[in-house]
Amino acid sequence: MNAMKNLLWILLLAFASSALAAADLEVNTPAIAAIKASMQARHGQLSKFYASGAVGLTRDGNVAVRDASLAPLAERQSMNAAVADENRDRAALYREIARANAHPEWEAEVRSTFAQRWIDKAAGGWWVQNAGGAWIKK
Amino acid sequence: MQKRLVVALAMIQFGLAGCVTINIYFPAAAAEKAADKIIDEVWQLKQDAKPAQPPVENKGDVK
Repeated sequence: MNAMKNLLWILLLAFASSALAAADLEVNTPAIAAIKASMQARHGQLSKFYASGAVGLTRDGNVAVRDASLAPLAERQSMNAAVADENRDRAALYREIARANAHPEWEAEVRSTFAQRWIDKAAGGWWVQNAGGAWIKK
Repeated sequence: MQKRLVVALAMIQFGLAGCVTINIYFPAAAAEKAADKIIDEVWQLKQDAKPAQPPVENKGDVK
């Protein structure tokens, strides 16, 4: 009787821990690594636009030109291109994470999780969008 | 005794069902953890902040 109870508990604990282990997200695929490297290389270019306020982080997990006049005229074209490339990479990143975990339908949730974390981790002085879409300075 | 075995088997069944269904729901906490790791790498928050510059060596010996 008691032995049976103990066995039951052990089994239940084993299931609980396996369920927790299964809840980790797979992010180590070649596709994700490539996107990450591309974004990392671009960050050196974008970070000065974040700092000046020309580019900000949107509430939907993208970056956007907030005030082009804050960037030197000569750099505006490359800034626009970098923003477009960054958003393309970010879309691919969210899609690939969802796919790597065999749940393509998670893409929107992955995106909104990232959106929140990008904004939370943004450096002081950077511009981010609040829940209503208004730009605020961190 | 036989009845208990049936109950135990039923609970194991529920446990297994739980394992299968857990991933149908979006694992928000795991996603946040994964996002933090990727953001740290892309923004290089946990390493040298300015990889473009060569590592600064001690010019004057402070000892």
